[in-house]
Amino acid sequence: MNEIALKELLYKIADDQLILGHRNSEWTGMGPLLEEDIAFSSMAQDKVGQSYAIYNLLHALGEQEPDTIAFTRNANQFHNSIFTELPNSEYDFSLIRHFLYDTAEIIRFDLLTRSAYQPLADLAVKVRAELRYHTLHANTWIKQLGSATEESISRLQHSLDTALPHALGMFEESLYEQDLIHDSIFAGEKILMERWKQQVEIILSKTQLQLPDWDTLTAVNGGRKGQHSEHLQPLLDEMSEVFRIDPTAEW
Amino acid sequence: MHNSITKEEVLTWLEEVKDPEIPVLSLVDLGVITAVDIRPEGVTITMTPTFVGCPAMDMMKSDVLEVLHKHGITHAEVQVSFREPWTSDKISTRGREALKSFGLAPPPSGKNLFTDIDVLEHATCPRCNGTNTELKSPFGPTLCRSIHYCLDCREAFEQFKPV
Ligand SMILES: [Zn+2]
Repeated sequence: MNEIALKELLYKIADDQLILGHRNSEWTGMGPLLEEDIAFSSMAQDKVGQSYAIYNLLHALGEQEPDTIAFTRNANQFHNSIFTELPNSEYDFSLIRHFLYDTAEIIRFDLLTRSAYQPLADLAVKVRAELRYHTLHANTWIKQLGSATEESISRLQHSLDTALPHALGMFEESLYEQDLIHDSIFAGEKILMERWKQQVEIILSKTQLQLPDWDTLTAVNGGRKGQHSEHLQPLLDEMSEVFRIDPTAEW
Repeated sequence: MHNSITKEEVLTWLEEVKDPEIPVLSLVDLGVITAVDIRPEGVTITMTPTFVGCPAMDMMKSDVLEVLHKHGITHAEVQVSFREPWTSDKISTRGREALKSFGLAPPPSGKNLFTDIDVLEHATCPRCNGTNTELKSPFGPTLCRSIHYCLDCREAFEQFKPV
């Protein structure tokens, strides 16, 4: 088993969860409805918790402590997709991102339940079960607001158009893609993206939102290789502010 | 050194440890204790969290250690594992009763029920036992609870989420 390939895979999945979890938590106290406030806060807690469980797997493979991994790296050491670090913007963008991201995540973890790396396969069974609540939440709102009023439809459509090229960046391939597939650690980004497109089409067909021809879109890549937008470093600074004051503090 | 202790004995001690969010429910009845390993050198308890991000996990771990120490187990260890993941079907019958007495609807039981959305839409009201209820939000005040509304009692209630 190529351990470098495995670690890179774990880093990118955990970093996605941590960074989007942090973005979700920014809705705490700001949601358009109290229920949505609670929903985004709960999903944030799930995602940050899941990222820690994966950082723990990395720790078992010889990497540093989860807190050190989460709070002391710079932007160019993070492997999250640029999609997850974009600011929340309006609620419609956050909702579209939540839908596109979690639809991919639940398929990713479903594929990982069959990973040859047993600790990851075990964790994936658990995470997949939790993510069903996230996709349930996303699908419910997308179906409702995607067919509600002219304003809600046009807002979501605009956010969808903005988000899609970034969403495709989630499937940026690893340098070790073939090793991961060959060793049965992960089925690969291509299979994941195909299943994701199918599922996105199924849900959006129940709304008045329009999907562009996939071939006309260009993925915004770079995140998996540590090349990020200007939005990541400020997020990391804010997230790690408390930790950096006293790294030895017990929480 | 610990040769005389049995697994059953340890589990009886652990009934004292409650879920910090639901003080009437023991960790044993919650189903998060997945193994008790008694060896001459010490006792190892294996636990698995209800939700991966469960913030109460650290507290539960230290409560378990405290109870073992109290019973004279000096070399006790708690390990967290996802090998045998927690599902809501792991809550015991007694645990389900405890949830109800606490005013929380127990999770619906059975395999593959989550794919059937009706289960969430029509949770059983812990007050009147009726199912004339609707789902308000799959996310509640803690990770393991959803929010529902009983159309008969005209009151909101929470359900322990099926996972
Ligand atoms: Zn009722």
